[in-house]
Amino acid sequence: MYTYIAKRLLMLLPTLFGAAILVFALLRLIPGDVCDLKFGGEGGYVDPEQIAMCREMLGLGDPVYLQFFEYMKSFLTLDLGISMWTQAPVSEEIAARIEISVEIAILATLTSIFVALPLGILSAVRQNTMTDYVVRGISIAGIAMPSFWLGILIILGLLIGTQAWFGTPWMPPVDFKSIFDDPAYNLSQLIWPALATGYRYSAVATRMTRSAMLEVLREDYVRTARAKGLIEKVIVNRHALKNAMLPVITIIGMEFAFLMGGLVVTEQVFNLNGVGKLLVESVLQSDFTMTQALVMFCVVIFLVTNFVVDVLYATLDPRIRYS
Amino acid sequence: MVTADTAIENNKLPDQKNLLVTIKRLARQQPLGTAGTLVVILMVLAAIFAEFITPYGPEDTSFEFMLTAPNWAHLMGTDEFGRDIFSRVIFGARTALAIGFTCAIIGAALGLVIGIASAYFGGLFDLIVQRIIDVFLAFPLIIMALAIIAIFGPGTIQVIIAITLPFVPRCARVVRSSALAVREMPYVDAARSIGFSHARIIMRHIAPNVVAPFLIMLTAFLGEAILLEASLSYLGLGVQEPTPAWGLMLRGGAEEYAESAPWVPIWPGLAITVAVFGFNLFGDAVRDILDPRLRSSR
Repeated sequence: MYTYIAKRLLMLLPTLFGAAILVFALLRLIPGDVCDLKFGGEGGYVDPEQIAMCREMLGLGDPVYLQFFEYMKSFLTLDLGISMWTQAPVSEEIAARIEISVEIAILATLTSIFVALPLGILSAVRQNTMTDYVVRGISIAGIAMPSFWLGILIILGLLIGTQAWFGTPWMPPVDFKSIFDDPAYNLSQLIWPALATGYRYSAVATRMTRSAMLEVLREDYVRTARAKGLIEKVIVNRHALKNAMLPVITIIGMEFAFLMGGLVVTEQVFNLNGVGKLLVESVLQSDFTMTQALVMFCVVIFLVTNFVVDVLYATLDPRIRYS
Repeated sequence: MVTADTAIENNKLPDQKNLLVTIKRLARQQPLGTAGTLVVILMVLAAIFAEFITPYGPEDTSFEFMLTAPNWAHLMGTDEFGRDIFSRVIFGARTALAIGFTCAIIGAALGLVIGIASAYFGGLFDLIVQRIIDVFLAFPLIIMALAIIAIFGPGTIQVIIAITLPFVPRCARVVRSSALAVREMPYVDAARSIGFSHARIIMRHIAPNVVAPFLIMLTAFLGEAILLEASLSYLGLGVQEPTPAWGLMLRGGAEEYAESAPWVPIWPGLAITVAVFGFNLFGDAVRDILDPRLRSSR
């Protein structure tokens, strides 16, 4: 097991390196750099000397291999450097916005778990009945509905609903307060984007729970349990569910990793200043240091989640032995 | 599962009514799948015959009828430029389907080729291909799309590339795992021992046996591609104005006027939802039919 973990960790290195090269190359293929955008953005007179100075300062004039070397060094030393656009340290810029994104991601994941497990099990146990069709309908609708549209509908619903109920339209607050300072205020702002994203992820997880349960319910040991005369509830909860959990955990874990990227759209709809928004801005501003750091952050989250899921597999299912 | 009555029905193969019977049977076994297929067929028809269905051109503006509520002249109302939303929704189906089918087919086909090659040749080749796939799977999709748009500028071809790219490694991974199992089959050994060429073994013995996962991925990609195109267009990175595209219709004015003119954001969003819903149900039915383990034992 330990050799497996060590090997698996070692395997992450080429992926990390590959992703680092990919983002580095992609960014440099974009025409125009941060200095052009900063000084030439308004379309007025551009002082070439000023741009040259800006490039000099940011190291954009250096040969590409030197830039790559600097970039690699920044990762190995975990010093992410300064943002090319704002001149503030990258780590500070990210830290200021990560709380919103992580909180939405966690709330959305919780929503999806609480919705997906009961619905998925119910749907599998009652396969091909009306209940099954309704649950599948709800979950496929969740996958089909774009989360930004759901977001717009939620805002619209809140406005119209509060207008009708209280007489004055209410909108989720715009400025952010940490959940540790003002939980009620914080939740009243972030629960909506979490629901909009969580519904979609619950749909994915519900489908996975259903198909995993269906597969397990056909296993021999379930038939044996039925033959023994166990009541259906025990069979489902004790014999089937445990064994059906593996793929469900995988999908929830992987969805969490994907959430980081998916938040881009949600944050746009709810006008939240999170990591997703920062990501879009930094690419559009050709902010190399910031984009590289954020992309690697997403990649690391993705890889670590996958790794944890793999190891969890072995812990949860004694039949799986890694070597 | 072949039950007695379906077996009898199958024996009526030469019968003229056979197609109808098969459709009826499928409709009974896969009610959701049939509903999805109907949506898909309706969408395809709407996309093909858009000119004949719509009362107005999708790009016709009218300053007389800006933000008009739905009425008999404008079934779904008009947007802030006085464009008829119903016409734009119907023409939007054309955009969505064209991009959806192109991306799904190219993405799944490339994935099929890479997946089979990786499994069949194995060894160092497999190792390298799989590591590259790892990189693409881990890479945030939106960044890839953003970068492609930033490099080549916005446009339909760029959107197609941005959506197709992430499909390739996903399909390749799934096809590979099926192909790995097929490769170990005795009949592949037999084919190899007779001295068949790689090409023949792949084409005749491996590819037909991984068609099921390939088709499952392909149909799953269809809905996803439509959704991705809508998201990119919504962010302003996809199809550009004035092309009628559902995601684009939810951008800008749709949000601004949401409270006073809710019909502007509602219809395009509903169109996306219904379309993806239909494609997903269709894909589910395809999966249920192709994957015998999930087939119900009625």
